[in-house]
Amino acid sequence: MDTRLSQTTPASVVVAAPESESHASHADHRLFGLATFLVADGMTFAGFFAAYLTFKAVNPLPEGSSYELELILPSINTVLLLVSSLTFHRAGVTCRSGQMTRSQAWLLVTTALGAAFLAGQMVEYFSLPFGLRDNLFASTFYALTGFHGLHVTLGVICILVVYWQARPGGRITAASHFGLEAAELYWHFVDGIWVVLYGILYLL
Amino acid sequence: MTVANPAELEQGLQPQGWLKYFSFSLDHKVIGIQYLVCGFLFYFIGGALAGVIRTELASPLSDFVSRDTYNEVLTLHGTIMIFLWIVPVVNGAFGNYLIPFYVGARDMAFPRLNAVAFWLIPPAGILLISSYFLAGAASQSGWTAYPPLSLTTPAAGQIVWILSVLLLGGSSIFGGINFIATVLKLRRPGLKMMQLPMFCWAMLGTSILVVLSTPVLAGTLILLSFDIIAHTGFFNPALGGNVVVYQHLFWFYSHPAVYIMVLPAFGLVSEILPVHARKPLFGYATMVYSIMAIVVLGLIVWAHHMFTSGTPPWMRLFFTIATSFIAVPTGIKFFNWLATLWGGKIALNSAVLFSCAFIFNFVFGGITGVALAQVPFDIHVHDTYFVVAHFHYIVYGGSVFVIFASLYHWYPKFTGRLLNEDLGRLHFLLTFIGFNLCFAPQHWLGLNGMPRRVAEYDPAFTTWNQVSSVGALLMAISTLPLVINVVLTAVSGPLAGDNPWRALTPEWLTTSPPPVENWAGEAPLVTEPYGYGEHPGAMDLGGLSGRDLWSTGKS
Repeated sequence: MDTRLSQTTPASVVVAAPESESHASHADHRLFGLATFLVADGMTFAGFFAAYLTFKAVNPLPEGSSYELELILPSINTVLLLVSSLTFHRAGVTCRSGQMTRSQAWLLVTTALGAAFLAGQMVEYFSLPFGLRDNLFASTFYALTGFHGLHVTLGVICILVVYWQARPGGRITAASHFGLEAAELYWHFVDGIWVVLYGILYLL
Repeated sequence: MTVANPAELEQGLQPQGWLKYFSFSLDHKVIGIQYLVCGFLFYFIGGALAGVIRTELASPLSDFVSRDTYNEVLTLHGTIMIFLWIVPVVNGAFGNYLIPFYVGARDMAFPRLNAVAFWLIPPAGILLISSYFLAGAASQSGWTAYPPLSLTTPAAGQIVWILSVLLLGGSSIFGGINFIATVLKLRRPGLKMMQLPMFCWAMLGTSILVVLSTPVLAGTLILLSFDIIAHTGFFNPALGGNVVVYQHLFWFYSHPAVYIMVLPAFGLVSEILPVHARKPLFGYATMVYSIMAIVVLGLIVWAHHMFTSGTPPWMRLFFTIATSFIAVPTGIKFFNWLATLWGGKIALNSAVLFSCAFIFNFVFGGITGVALAQVPFDIHVHDTYFVVAHFHYIVYGGSVFVIFASLYHWYPKFTGRLLNEDLGRLHFLLTFIGFNLCFAPQHWLGLNGMPRRVAEYDPAFTTWNQVSSVGALLMAISTLPLVINVVLTAVSGPLAGDNPWRALTPEWLTTSPPPVENWAGEAPLVTEPYGYGEHPGAMDLGGLSGRDLWSTGKS
């Protein structure tokens, strides 16, 4: 068998460059991967939003359906989440500058705000005059807010894990803090989704 | 900032030899082979189900299986072939095996996520198939699971179907994230995007579609499961819901899914043809732009599946025009492949035969696709065998033919041994004749009004249905030479050497099979993956004519 070509290297092939990366280590692309995943997650919400808007446009609710929403509680919740984004941002800044104790304090504040949001959501659920199966609006309302609530719950758990890892001697330090950055990106995403959800579901 | 690569750290813990294919291996090559073998197992199951369908349809009466069983069989056939065979194999198998080579990397960007993505597939597949035995009745509403049909068929089977598809969708999304990160972030320093082999672009485009559209299907199926379990009314008109919303959301994924199945095939063919024609890939830049145009257009044509669902006229107009536009980038690719072959030193081996048959079949399926995009014609043949024929010309005549071509082309790289060409060409002949015999008559059946998904039909259609069933039998027989070939070659096939095709793409510039880290030394920087004809070394065939190239492994 003629294997000359496999032995000789074509001119277009350059072998050996000192800057090429070895298998043992390469740049950290995990945040990029998470961001791509959040795009996918955002598309799930986009599908739900599209369904909700179509239902709203073409499917009139039967006579006497209750679909009125109070604005005060969700508006307070919106403020809570927006502030929690700010506090998480402060946690990230203080972590990167090495003030781990302050970073942990900001994380605790963020957790409290997230938990308060979930509590507010619960209060709203129990005070609403309609249940999951009452009408199309009710079903879509619970599906959307419930799916978002799941995201917030997961986010709060993540923040608590990050809080634990940021303790003195923990995994997260000023030099190595992927977990904190990932949780922060995710939290901002969940907050952003809520703002859209609030606009579409409550204001529109 | 750098992190230790998990593949490196866990190397010592991994089982070696054949056992590694049953382990949570992080090596992209092992995962690629896992996808491939797993996919072929499901292909045989899905093929057996197709055999049941064609046996039932050999006579007009429902006399082979009961009507309910027939519905279960066609649902399982469609779901298995799409979600467990074509999508995992063209994306997972060849994508995982080749992409790290092509970008000059030692592995995928996220090796552990990669292994998780693969290991979601066997449980999902077993779950799906077990629903036939365990839950009493498998899903009967077709792979589209349209409500209200999917709300009235047995609920347990439908829920298991949804769970299985959700798992497979998750696997697909994880894979897509990995491919995007690998192509965009893991390229060897000095390697530019426009120097990448075409398969990288195809996988990038496919993965963008996966990431943007699969989550919408997941959300939709979650709402559908609410309708089934909690009796909400999202898609149930009796409860004030809207079935058309389900169709919109479903096709927002499932039309791009066709491109998720066929874009990687485009990429693989673009790798195979230049090597065996000894010519550069014609129109590299236009190929790249075509792929990206198909990605964009593929996301805005979904409602052409719904022309009979009460779609308003403006929507019909928009989706007809957008769909017809897809013929332009696809046509560019078609003519580029022909121009690549034109005047080349073509080796008519099995890989090339399957690739050329792909071009032939795909053009035919593409033309019927443009026809189906036209509302007046679509309304006539909607839900008839014409659609079945068109679809199989795209996914079998397109994607599956390319899977076979790729198997003959890359088997020497996977195993270090060349597949037998005589058995390969017998496989090709049986597949090509069987496929066309099976599906070409279905165009005629559909035009004359034979509905799809029904176990019984008008006796006037008997003859052509029997022709179609004979074709299916030939396709079943055609797997024999393939299986014999693969098994015999694995045991005692002729050694292939590192680069039997004298190809220039990076996966051939290493040993066959490649070492764990892909190259013994530094990764090569290949800036002209199709530089045939421009480098004397690549064209010097040592006095052999192109036609003889296929037999070099034997001498």
